Amino acid sequence: MNDMTRVERAVDSKDIKINAKKVQVYYGDTHAIKDVDVAIEDKTVTAFIGPSGCGKSTFLRCLNRMNDTIDICRVEGDILLDGEDIYDKRVDPVQLRAKVGMVFQKPNPFPKSIYDNVAYGPRIHGLAKNKAELDEIVEKSLRRGAIWDEVKDRLDTPGTGLSGGQQQRLCIARAVATEPEVLLMDEPCSALDPIATAQVEELIDELRSRYSVVIVTHSMQQAARVSQKTAFFHLGNLVEFGETGQIFTNPVDPRTESYITGRIG
Amino acid sequence: MTDASMDSPNTTRHATSLMATDARTKKRANAEKRFRAYGIVAIATGLFFLIVLFASILSQGIPAFQRTVVSVEFTLSPAQRDEAEGTLFKTKAYSDLFIGALNDQLTESGVTVDFDQDAIERLLGKVGGTIRTFYADNPDKLGEAVQFDLAASSRVDGYFKGRVSRDTLQDSRFLQLSDLDLVDALKEAGIIKQAFNWPFITGADSGVDNPGGAGIGASVVGSFFMMLVVLALSLPIGVAASIYLEEFAPQNRFTDLIEVNISNLAAVPSIVFGILGLAVFIQFMHLPQSAPLVGGLVLTLMTLPTIIISTRASLKAVPPSIRDAALGVGASKMQAVFHHVLPLAAPGILTGTIIGLAQALGETAPLLLIGMVGFVARGYPDGFVAGFTEPNSAMPAQIYTWAARADVGFYEKAWGGIIILLMFLLTMNIIAIILRRRFERRW
Repeated sequence: MNDMTRVERAVDSKDIKINAKKVQVYYGDTHAIKDVDVAIEDKTVTAFIGPSGCGKSTFLRCLNRMNDTIDICRVEGDILLDGEDIYDKRVDPVQLRAKVGMVFQKPNPFPKSIYDNVAYGPRIHGLAKNKAELDEIVEKSLRRGAIWDEVKDRLDTPGTGLSGGQQQRLCIARAVATEPEVLLMDEPCSALDPIATAQVEELIDELRSRYSVVIVTHSMQQAARVSQKTAFFHLGNLVEFGETGQIFTNPVDPRTESYITGRIG
Repeated sequence: MTDASMDSPNTTRHATSLMATDARTKKRANAEKRFRAYGIVAIATGLFFLIVLFASILSQGIPAFQRTVVSVEFTLSPAQRDEAEGTLFKTKAYSDLFIGALNDQLTESGVTVDFDQDAIERLLGKVGGTIRTFYADNPDKLGEAVQFDLAASSRVDGYFKGRVSRDTLQDSRFLQLSDLDLVDALKEAGIIKQAFNWPFITGADSGVDNPGGAGIGASVVGSFFMMLVVLALSLPIGVAASIYLEEFAPQNRFTDLIEVNISNLAAVPSIVFGILGLAVFIQFMHLPQSAPLVGGLVLTLMTLPTIIISTRASLKAVPPSIRDAALGVGASKMQAVFHHVLPLAAPGILTGTIIGLAQALGETAPLLLIGMVGFVARGYPDGFVAGFTEPNSAMPAQIYTWAARADVGFYEKAWGGIIILLMFLLTMNIIAIILRRRFERRW
C-alpha cells in the first residue's frame, strides 16, 4: 500500500517522508485527534493551520513522539517514517528525535553558551570524534540557522542573552546540528516581532532544500508564504489537505473556506 | 463589534469632576490605607519581639564569654619542688608555696588582707593540685617565672557579674562574706580580673557543681558529627527520591499517596522521630546510646521531608521548555534531567538542604529520647570514628542540660550556648543565601 503511494507520488519527483494513517490521539477520555491521514513529502514545507485547540500541535508532537512525555496521552494508528512505524515497540524515541528535530513555540535555548547549545545534540549522539569536528558541526549548523555572522565572535556568551529572533534561529541551528531528516516547528514565529519573523521564514524556505519541514502556524499569511502543502485541522479532524495555493484560493470544504475568510476560528 | 451596535443598559455616566473623589473611591482608598496600617503594625510587632529576643539573649549570654581569673606569677625552684614532693601532703605543700607567692604580690602592691588556706580553696578550688600537675607535665619550667591564670569559682565569678552581692550572700562552704574582702583586695591589687572565656568555647561539660568549668566545645563537635551523618544520608536520598518522583514516576494513586505522606511527614512532631530512633536504632539495631551516629540517623529522618519538598519545588521551577529542548534534540530523559534540569535546580536544592540542616542542628526533642541530653561530655572524642560512635552531646541538648541544672552559673552558660548555636545557624543561613545568589540563573 505504502509502496503504491510512493510510485504514484514519484511522478511529482517528491518522496513521502512521513505517512500517517488513521491516527487517533486521546488525552485521557478526550479524543483529541480523529482519523488523521496525512502524507508529508520530503524537501517540502507542510503547514498545519486551524483554530486554537484543533489538535494541530498535538499531531505535530506525535511525529517525533514528544507526546510520550505526557502520561495520559495515547496514540493509535500508524505513523511511518520512511516506511517504518515510529510507534513500533522496537523504536527508541531518543533515536527518532535525532532524526526528527523540533523547534518550539517559545525560543528555549539552554542557559549555556551559544557553542554548547549547538554542540549539545552532536555530543550526546557522538557525531563528532574530536573538538575540530565539533567546531565544524557547530559552524555549519549556525550557518544553516542563518545566525553565524551575528554570533561567530561571541560563541562563548550565553545563548539566553540573544534577542528573541536570534534565540529562535539558534534553536533552529541546534535542531539541525543533529542532522535530522525532518524538522518540526511548532509556531516558531509566534513570540517574534515581524522582522525576526521574516528572517525565520526566509530561513525555513532555505531549509526546504535539505529537510522536510512541518510547521504549525496561526498565521494564514505565514502558511501561504512559506509552505507548499497545507493541512487544515478543525476540532481534531483533518478537514482538508492539499497544495497551499489550492487551499487558499479554492478550498473544497466549506469549513476551510470559512476559516480562511475569518468566519470561524 | 462596536458599542453602537450593543444595547447597553442605561447607566449613569461619570459626570462628576476628576478632582473630586466620590464616596466609593474614597471607601476603597480608606480600605487600602487601613490594610497598609495593619501590615506595618504586624511587621513592627514582629520586629519588637525580635529585638526583645536578641537583647535578652545578648544581655544574658554575653557574661558567659567572660570569666574571672586570678593571675599569679609563680616561680618554683627545683629544690622547692623536691622539698614539696618529700612531704606527706604534697598538694598542701604546693598550695602553701602558692599562698606565699600570692602574699608577696599583695605586699608588692601595698594591699594587706588576711586570708587562710580554706579561703583560697573556696576562691580557686584545689590550687596545689593544679600547680603540681603543671610542673609534672612541664619540668623544664622549673626555676622560671610562670604566669598562672586560675579560674575563680562560680560564686566569685558571680560576684563580679553582679549575680552575687554582699547583701544576699549567705555564708556557706562555697563562699563566705569574709572571702569577698579578699576578692576586693585582690581586685585592688590587679591580681583578680575578668578575661575572655576561651574554655567556654573550647572546653567540655563539667560536673553539676562546677559551672565555671563548663564549655560547649565538645558538644559542638558532637553536633558537627551529627550534621555529617545527616548531610551524607539525607542529601543523596532526598535528591534521588525527588528526582524520581518529579521526573520519572507515573502519575497514579500510589505516587499520590507517597506524595501526601511525604508532605505529612514534614509536619510530624520531632519527638515522634526520637521515639522511632530509640525503638529502631537503639533497641532493635543495638547502635550505641547517646552517639552522634544515632542522633544523625534520627535527624536524617526528620530532614528528609524538608529536603524532598524543597528539591521538588526547585525541580518544578525549572521551565518545562528546557526539558522539551533537551528531549527535542534527542537527549534521553535521564540526560535531560542530569544535564539541564538538575544544574538549574541546584541552587534551590542546596538552599533547601542547608535550611534542613539548620533545622536539624537546632533540634532537641528527638535527642532527649536517644540519650544525648543529660550526658556529661567530659572530653572530646578521640579520633574520627569515635566521633560518630562515642557518647557525646549536641549543642541544643547541652543547652537544655545546662538550663535544667540548679546552679545559676549554668543558666548563664545556657544563654551563652544559645549565642554560639545562633551564630552557627546564622552562618549556615548566610551560606545558603550566598549560594543562591551565586548560582541563580536568570533567563
